Amino acid sequence: MSRGNGGTASVAGMTDVPYSSSPSGVPGAARPADSGAAESSPAAPGGAENLSAAPGAAADNRPALVLRGLTKGFNGKVAVNSIDLDVPSGSFYGLVGPNGAGKTTSLSMATGLLRPDAGSVWVHGINVWEHQLQAKRLMGILPDGVRLFDRLSGEQLVTYAGLLRGMDRETVKERVRDLLAALDLVKDAGTLVVDYSAGMTKKIALASALIHAPRVLVLDEPFESVDPVSAANIRDILQSYVSSGGTVIVSSHVMDLVQRMCDHVAVIAGGNVLAAGTVDEVRSGASLEDRFVQLVGGRHETEGLAWLRSS
Amino acid sequence: MVAVLLRLKLTLLRNSLRRSPWQLVGLIIGGLYGLAVLAVAIAGLLALSGAEVELAKTVIVLAGSAVILGWLVIPVLASGVDMTLDPARFTTFAVPMKQLLAGLALSGFLGIPGAITLLASLGTVGTWWRHPLAMLAAAVCAVLAVLTCIVASRAITSASTNLSSSRRFKDVSGVLLFLPLILLAPIISGLSRGGENSADVLPGIAQTLSWTPLGAVWSVPADLAAGAPGQAALKFLIALASLAVLAWLWKISLAKALVTPVHTAGVRRTGGKLGAFNLFPGTEVGAVAARATIYWFRDPRYTVSLITAAVIPLVFTVPALQSGSLGILNFAGAIAVFLLVWSISADISYDNTAFTLHVASGVRGRADRAGRALACGVLAVPLGIIYNLVGAAVNSAWVYLPALLGLTFGLALSGLGLSSVVSAWFTYNAPAPGDSPFKSRPGNNFAVLGAQLGGYVGLGVLVLPEIILTAVAFGTGRPVFGWICLAVGLVLGTVLLAAGIVLGGRLYDRRAPELLAALVKAR
Repeated sequence: MSRGNGGTASVAGMTDVPYSSSPSGVPGAARPADSGAAESSPAAPGGAENLSAAPGAAADNRPALVLRGLTKGFNGKVAVNSIDLDVPSGSFYGLVGPNGAGKTTSLSMATGLLRPDAGSVWVHGINVWEHQLQAKRLMGILPDGVRLFDRLSGEQLVTYAGLLRGMDRETVKERVRDLLAALDLVKDAGTLVVDYSAGMTKKIALASALIHAPRVLVLDEPFESVDPVSAANIRDILQSYVSSGGTVIVSSHVMDLVQRMCDHVAVIAGGNVLAAGTVDEVRSGASLEDRFVQLVGGRHETEGLAWLRSS
Repeated sequence: MVAVLLRLKLTLLRNSLRRSPWQLVGLIIGGLYGLAVLAVAIAGLLALSGAEVELAKTVIVLAGSAVILGWLVIPVLASGVDMTLDPARFTTFAVPMKQLLAGLALSGFLGIPGAITLLASLGTVGTWWRHPLAMLAAAVCAVLAVLTCIVASRAITSASTNLSSSRRFKDVSGVLLFLPLILLAPIISGLSRGGENSADVLPGIAQTLSWTPLGAVWSVPADLAAGAPGQAALKFLIALASLAVLAWLWKISLAKALVTPVHTAGVRRTGGKLGAFNLFPGTEVGAVAARATIYWFRDPRYTVSLITAAVIPLVFTVPALQSGSLGILNFAGAIAVFLLVWSISADISYDNTAFTLHVASGVRGRADRAGRALACGVLAVPLGIIYNLVGAAVNSAWVYLPALLGLTFGLALSGLGLSSVVSAWFTYNAPAPGDSPFKSRPGNNFAVLGAQLGGYVGLGVLVLPEIILTAVAFGTGRPVFGWICLAVGLVLGTVLLAAGIVLGGRLYDRRAPELLAALVKAR
């Protein structure tokens, strides 16, 4: 149970890639040497195996996120049932599934927030649970349904997120200004987050996830209760982030949004991956929503609630 | 509809019991406590039947007034003492107002406080059994009194629902109402000792109270028994009018609460003020310290701890004033510092799931621990020094100052070290952000109690050298021991603090996801 102490020595080569948004931050050639040096880390070769299985093992084609056999149960009930998933680098990846499908649990395990019962996760080749600090540097996380330090003002919160990442004050200041402007929060920068509306809270949490220019963004329900204008702005930010080589993983209920925004998608239900691939592969001609319902099931064919009709 | 509301209350109670066995334990303990109080109250009331009418009246009016006052004040203090039937939740249902009022009022009897108050009030019937007319009146008045209690607390609750949609009001009222509470002990002891002739004062107070809404209803049977039916009738009218006014207040504030959405936007403020973030260095440690400092002043849960630590020495001082010796003031600094540094042993629990940010950003355990300890130390150490200087000045005990400073520093530093380890080890069911600081959440079990107790003992062991040296310094009166104590306090304390941060940091690095999982589960 006591593994994953961020082992500093074995991947020392990785520590000098802190806040580069460029995907070439880690020279591909350096990695195998590193994992060779990590003599005491049994899972690293496994990671390499998974990674080299990906077509063209060149640095930039290494998947941004690899999940293998990820499993989690709560009180004997399986929430996530040995999930495998490959998120290609530079993709805009959608994760869809009904309520309670295990999306949040999977994402929490993938980002180092929740320790899996079994299985492993690699972010750009770094094992998340064995080298937590290095892996977390590469990731920006917007969790769903957790509190924020809401007695801070919006500006203070994003500053805090930046400083916690070990960034220097000047850079933080600059980026906080840019982020608040990009997310339409300048006028409320000094308001306490506890007094924010749900949509503003989402946006300030997103700003906190972006501040260190991560290479992989993991966003759990990022558009929930965000107004349409802000949502469009956020989409633009994410699109340009992806086109510059970053990877975005979003979970969402809104199929339409995922179909329009994402290039890859995975359908999760009951803790299993039902389908995964490019959006076109998964929907195979139908709309994503129809395909989703077909995969997940649960639609009623009955007439239902006859008394509700007003005529 | 009234029956539906009553059943709803019972169902909510039953389901909350089903959710956690500790709820049941809490209910049983609360029930036993209530029964004990009830037994004492009824025994007392029956015993009063043998006493003079005047004495019985004084006791019943005073106690009764306190009960009504309690029902008025406690809901505000612990916002959400019983919000199972929160009026705001009925907004979307078109329940007729009269039935809603009746249902909510009657549901107030379903619960330990309501039931105990009703039964105890009916105990006054026993007090007056020698006077048949008064006995009859007592039965009527008891029911009237309990209704007043319930309606008063409901009126206050729904009035504060209106107000408390403003967060600032909620924050400030929670802290302000808390002050008189901790000062209650010295005030009472001051009153009771100040007037040795209190036996002469109390009947006067009771007499005055009996003409106010608080005491009128309790005084009716007594006046009948004393043969003053005119007074009794007048007071009965006062009681009825009070209930009517309260019910009317309740009705209008409930009507308003039902159409006022819970969320109201606050004032918008542009940025530019980073506050404490400018005071601490721009490092991880500095950031954590800055955040924690902001919370000490802005989050009522922390503010209450801060105020308690600052005020508690005064609480000890008032009784000491009367006994003539202010020796206790010598230790005020040590006491205040102890309270402050131990309170951060629940720091991560107070973060609640906001702690996710720390786990997600991979902040190192050592930095997290050091930052929290720094923020607390910056507050605790100056407070301790000030109290030590004040104590030495008041008692002209400058000779003992080094020893006491040594003890204070030792407590502060060792305590912060210990807290740093404990908070990386345990999570408590602390009040959630935004909750009243007094709200206790279910699930605080005996393991937690044990951890607290173990913490006290552990801290006692850690500062044992300073304690012994202080005792020696006081015993021998030789300054050299005081200076040794100061040196030991600083050196040993620093070592223990460093050890605590390193050890706590290691624990944190290993267990951060588990801590987060525990917080998510307790949410």
